[in-house]
Amino acid sequence: MSDLPNELKYTKTHEWARNEGDGTLTVGITDHAQELLGDLVFVDLPQIGATVTAGGDCAVVESVKAASDIYSPVSGEIIAVNEALSDSPEIINESAFGEGWIFKVRMSDASEFDALLDSNGYAAVMAEDDH
Amino acid sequence: MPFIPHTEEEIHAMLAAIGADSLETLFDEIPAGLRAGELGAIPAGMSEMEVSALMEQRARADGQPLMFIGAGAYDHHIPAAVWQLVGRGEFYSAYTPYQAEASQGTLQLLYEYQSMMTALTAMDVSNASLYDGASALAEAILMAVRLNRKSSSRKVLVPRSLHPAYRKVAHNIVRNQGIELVEVPFDPEAGHTDPASLEAYAGQDITALVIPQPNFFGVLEEVDALTDWAARNNAISIGVVNPLALAILSPPGDWGEKGVDICCGEGQPLGIPLSSGGPYFGFLCCREAHVRQMPGRIIGRTLDLDGKPGFTLTLQAREQHIRRSKATSNICTNQGLMVTAATIHMALLGAEGLARAAAASHANSLALNAKFSAIEGVEPLFDRPCFHERPYRLAAPVPEVLRSLAAHNVLGGYDLGRDYPELGNALLVCATEKRTAAEMDQYADKLGRVLRARTEPTCPTRPKF
Amino acid sequence: MLIHEHSKPGRRASAQAPSQMAPLDDLPGHLRRRRPPALPEVSEMQVVRHYTRLSQKNFSIDTHFYPLGSCTMKYNPRAGHGLAMLPGFLARHPHAPDSHSQGFMACLHDLQEMLKEVTGMKAVSLTPAAGAQGEFAGVAMIRAYHEARGDHQRTEIIVPNAAHGTNPATAVMCGYQVREIPTLADGDVDMAALEAALGPQTAGIMLTNPSTLGVFERRIREIADLVHQAGGLLYYDGANLNAILGKVRPGDMGFDVIHMNLHKTFSTPHGGGGPGAGPVGVSARLEPFLPVPFVAFDGRDYSWLTEAERPQSIGRLSAFAGNAGILLRAYVYARMLGAEGMKRVAEYSTLNANYMLKRLQAEGFEAAFPDRRATHEFILTLKREAKELGVNTMDFAKRLLDYGFHAPTTYFPMLVPECLLIEPTETESQEELDRFIEALVKIREEARTQPERVKGAPHNQPVRRLDDVRAARELDLAWRERD
Repeated sequence: MSDLPNELKYTKTHEWARNEGDGTLTVGITDHAQELLGDLVFVDLPQIGATVTAGGDCAVVESVKAASDIYSPVSGEIIAVNEALSDSPEIINESAFGEGWIFKVRMSDASEFDALLDSNGYAAVMAEDDH
Repeated sequence: MPFIPHTEEEIHAMLAAIGADSLETLFDEIPAGLRAGELGAIPAGMSEMEVSALMEQRARADGQPLMFIGAGAYDHHIPAAVWQLVGRGEFYSAYTPYQAEASQGTLQLLYEYQSMMTALTAMDVSNASLYDGASALAEAILMAVRLNRKSSSRKVLVPRSLHPAYRKVAHNIVRNQGIELVEVPFDPEAGHTDPASLEAYAGQDITALVIPQPNFFGVLEEVDALTDWAARNNAISIGVVNPLALAILSPPGDWGEKGVDICCGEGQPLGIPLSSGGPYFGFLCCREAHVRQMPGRIIGRTLDLDGKPGFTLTLQAREQHIRRSKATSNICTNQGLMVTAATIHMALLGAEGLARAAAASHANSLALNAKFSAIEGVEPLFDRPCFHERPYRLAAPVPEVLRSLAAHNVLGGYDLGRDYPELGNALLVCATEKRTAAEMDQYADKLGRVLRARTEPTCPTRPKF
Repeated sequence: MLIHEHSKPGRRASAQAPSQMAPLDDLPGHLRRRRPPALPEVSEMQVVRHYTRLSQKNFSIDTHFYPLGSCTMKYNPRAGHGLAMLPGFLARHPHAPDSHSQGFMACLHDLQEMLKEVTGMKAVSLTPAAGAQGEFAGVAMIRAYHEARGDHQRTEIIVPNAAHGTNPATAVMCGYQVREIPTLADGDVDMAALEAALGPQTAGIMLTNPSTLGVFERRIREIADLVHQAGGLLYYDGANLNAILGKVRPGDMGFDVIHMNLHKTFSTPHGGGGPGAGPVGVSARLEPFLPVPFVAFDGRDYSWLTEAERPQSIGRLSAFAGNAGILLRAYVYARMLGAEGMKRVAEYSTLNANYMLKRLQAEGFEAAFPDRRATHEFILTLKREAKELGVNTMDFAKRLLDYGFHAPTTYFPMLVPECLLIEPTETESQEELDRFIEALVKIREEARTQPERVKGAPHNQPVRRLDDVRAARELDLAWRERD
């Protein structure tokens, strides 16, 4: 199983979020999630400027045999998307926690970030999945 | 037992292996109160000879009338090879090609079909079929609503000149999703959708515009102007076309400045028998950028482990078996065997053969029109050019005229008064390439006599019918 | 090699088209085609040879055992094909007047009556073109029923998580939200979850019985009562009707609306993906909403019922009357079976499935629901083989092709890991079932001794395993002239 960066926060639905310290988060899916999905063939990115709610679906990643919604970890506004994924969705398979980020969101309520899981909490979620 | 191979001995041996004492035991989980009794309304089984006699008698009973009806289903010649090949068990009795390696025949054929349809329509991509032309239009409208992220109105402009059944079906399928189909009137003199009439909607939030070619009356629309209007007004353009006509008419991918976004239609003229209205197949093509919103199966060419080309279902994450409630459509079974026929039909005829069939049909409708011009009480309804089908105003009630003709074993056309009461006694008449000069003479002669009888009730030569 | 690659400019099958190009002078130039479409230019013999060879690259019922679960791949009797293709039926225009349609309409009316009887429903419309369109008609009728009563608060359709994907997709097309409920370990619906899900927002529930798990939902009457008490209606997905044809009727179970897949239960061909036919049957309260057209009989003449006679109908779903030619094939089949033959369908498909299940269990394969009676199909789980031998269900499926068997349904339903859903149908003989069982045993042996052989399968098909990822990433969806 892959190492979980401690500086990130996580959701039960397998997203990670990095606090950029300026009221914005960078969001992607975990390495565990990309392993479950397999080779990704398409990412449907959110629209810049779209309003999202915590737990609301805002993007889709597709493999050959599955499609999975991506839920925003927090409420706010989409301020950037990773355009490189449009042509090369496999970046997520290669670097889920790095180059494979999906979007950036400006938080409307910072307390939602604090409520996310830490790496230990997410490790427990993964362990449950295994059963 | 019909179609069941088991011998008495085998039944006993199999029950013994299961540990059941009778066939009834196998249903022991089903609550006793639910078990069906006698099925009294179902007659006893028939042998193949008996059922053949019954069906032959019923097929004969319907006769083989002389036929001048079109209205969305057209009587074209189908080469003998088409249905002999389609009837091969390997095509006929295969399932959807989920196991690609064991279904390369169907998959390659569907890829060839997609290639032929994109060539015919001048679009980038085609799916592997939908049920029929009308439901394909409904799917195209749903697709347009998903595609047009700039529009929030869910308003789609639909010309009244479009096939009335298509308008009904589209409405029935999309209405529960809050989509409104707004009817655009046709020019009463010309029978087409005057592009200028769309200016009433300019500046409004319109999600999509439907553009038929030819329209239900057989009349040709000004497709370039209509397509450009949609593009200028941020509406998705949806062409609804007769695929055979595309052998001679400008294809939707070439309409206007940039071509349409989506086109769809009824595939029946490509090698499918009339067969009481089905099975036919709907086709749907679009620009490559729109492909992820396209419903239905799509086949892609790829490589196998050894680097050899092969074919497989692709983009399946759009479909219901994966995406469930978020799928682009609920469609699963499509019209695969009909597409098999269409592919073989197109391969046999090629561009030249299709163009000849289309032109010959068109020429016959002109020839019939010339014969009609000599009959009193028959006037062309519109003054614009038509493709292989044409509406006429009759000097007598159309239902009565059609009944009289049918009594002479002539099916004279489609009564437009049902759907367009504003047109009065209007009859839509089609002559495909299969109608001979003698048949058209026969029709013109009968029509003339029927009309004379209706309009001159004292005429001494009135026939006895 | 594509048909396009046999093409040579100027070559054509000229006997098939009119001998002359008629003039098109009356058509305005700007509406005419400027460049001919890039279709192949080939001879008739090239076409016949090419498509004959392509056909030989298919598995089909006529050539192979095809135990695809939930698909009912039974033999398609040839009489139906031949008789539906009689010239009188083939040449009949959909708008032919009733005076020239009585023979055809008699067949449809007879079929409506037989389907009513065998399903226990009050009325039947044959028009839906396939199962999913039948589902659409069914849920649209549920919606029309609630709306006609002024009951606008019902916004949800309940669907078990084991359902076919068409169920939730259909509910959404009809403007409903989907609420999924779980399934118990024994394969039956979780009644507590159902009760919790029911409420004034419930429009209805969509159920398949026997379910996609290959078992009969034993508490169906109880479910029906609960749903009805909540004001909802019950929809029956007829995908698995073959298992109970003539033995148990959906109408007697309490269903308000059903669809049937004639291309499964009534043995019309699957045609490499269609066409099908998905007639719907309804209870009395949904009768006014049936899709049109369908056939009425006044004791003397047959006539069409359309929007005019059925003002509350959900309307028509195709331009004409659905897949008429498929309906004729199903009619021929139904007449050949008769009432007794229909019951035998359920009996022998169930016999075959239970026989295979018991024998495979005896060979050490694991059943997903070992304590349940199989219906016309059953599920094996290969999770032990996947874990211990590193050979998964997909590998077994592909290796079966090498042994001359089409694979069963794989990885559906998703609730069961590494699953094979196996449906033999009643038309297969015991020796064919035995050969299939032997093949599975052999493949498991290979998985132990030479796993790469299984993981690299298939080996003797026209292609080896295809790169699906490449197909989706580098879309090649049509041949182009530049190719």
